[in-house]
Amino acid sequence: MNLLPFLCAGWLFLVGCYALATSRNLIHAVGALAVCQSSTYVLLLAVGYRSGGTAPVFSDVPPGARPVVDPVVQALTLTDVVVGATVTALLLALVVQIAKRHGTVDPDELRELRG
Amino acid sequence: MTELPVLLGLLLATTAGTAAALTRDPVHQALVLSVLGLALALLFTLLQAPDVALSQLAVGTVLTPLMVLLSVRKVRRRPREDSPADGRGGKR
Amino acid sequence: MNKTVRLWVLGVGCAGVALLFVGAFRRLPEFGGSHHPYGARAVAAALHRHTANVVSSVNFDQRSFDTLGEQAILFGAVLGTVVVLRQARDERRVPPEPAVVAPTVRRYALVSLPLTLLVGLYVVAHGQLSPGGGFQGGLVVATALHLLYVAVDYRALERLRPVPVFALADAFGDVAYLLLGLAGLFAGASFLANVLPLGTFNTLASGGLVPLLNAAIGIEVASAAVVLLAQFLDQALELVPREGEHR
Repeated sequence: MNLLPFLCAGWLFLVGCYALATSRNLIHAVGALAVCQSSTYVLLLAVGYRSGGTAPVFSDVPPGARPVVDPVVQALTLTDVVVGATVTALLLALVVQIAKRHGTVDPDELRELRG
Repeated sequence: MTELPVLLGLLLATTAGTAAALTRDPVHQALVLSVLGLALALLFTLLQAPDVALSQLAVGTVLTPLMVLLSVRKVRRRPREDSPADGRGGKR
Repeated sequence: MNKTVRLWVLGVGCAGVALLFVGAFRRLPEFGGSHHPYGARAVAAALHRHTANVVSSVNFDQRSFDTLGEQAILFGAVLGTVVVLRQARDERRVPPEPAVVAPTVRRYALVSLPLTLLVGLYVVAHGQLSPGGGFQGGLVVATALHLLYVAVDYRALERLRPVPVFALADAFGDVAYLLLGLAGLFAGASFLANVLPLGTFNTLASGGLVPLLNAAIGIEVASAAVVLLAQFLDQALELVPREGEHR
């Protein structure tokens, strides 16, 4: 039970990897990579969670009144989410470019073209 | 059990993630990805991370699926020319 | 490598990673445990610097040099996308047709546009107090602008969203972050040090450098998202290959 959140994160990563490796469409592969990315968010936030803790924001809770969850992993995840989206955009741009130049987005067909 | 909402959110996000990875058609996948974004935002709220939930909401439910859909539209509109006979010299 | 071999390699690799995961997870601190040494120190440091939202304090004060790296990745990714998706020589631009929008959709979108814009700016401005900040608020602002596409059509969006201006704003946000960091050097402290007056706890002007860095990131993220979406919209709606010139 205590391992479940971590196992969920691990499962998301592995299922994303499986989809990535068996993908027949590069756009689908980018989506699978997004699932892999989301596993890191789940893992980081699960590590920082604290039972009975509240959000690390002290605008309406006086400091020290309640335990708070770990803000450091939240800050890591926060930038990760936004930067990950722009990297996804770059990958999709490359896929669009591949489709323009080769007329296909199937990795297997692309391999045949190159060979 | 005080952690029950967290566990439910976790299972929801895991299910949505699995569905998103195993959906083969990119258009359907984009929709499932936005469901995943929503599930993750919910999970992050339950994990007491409102900052992350907010950015996940904007990125996961809007930005990423929209870019995927636009890419699909661009890729599909181009007619599939199945004549790779001509040399691919001027590649750039 | 044929398909079955590939699947076997994948299966073995995934099983190995899964085993390593389980081994590693068993030695992680317990889920929901109360021992968070870094968290406790970060909270203490944030309260010391009069910043109510500890996450913002971590991002823009305690680890602001790290955020500089993050935003450099963001800038690089946007730059790469713009370069990759530029109009090629064998493409021509077809202006999209004016679209007909249902009046209810138009009314709803036109009402929610200014509201969403305001919420986005609020979220950026209150990053040091409440959940939010430049990253999230910037995204909300960028999304709000695209309600114009829903409400009217693509041509209206293009007229109200000059991409070069937003590209410049993206670079401006990037440079502003650097210059704010240099301010620390001029004040005799280190790069990106929080040298401004810290203000009163839980007011808008608290946290010293945090609100300013937040604003710089807000500008950068908002314009980055606008530029990115503009590139993809351009590709999907306007650019078509020139006939007979396919190479």
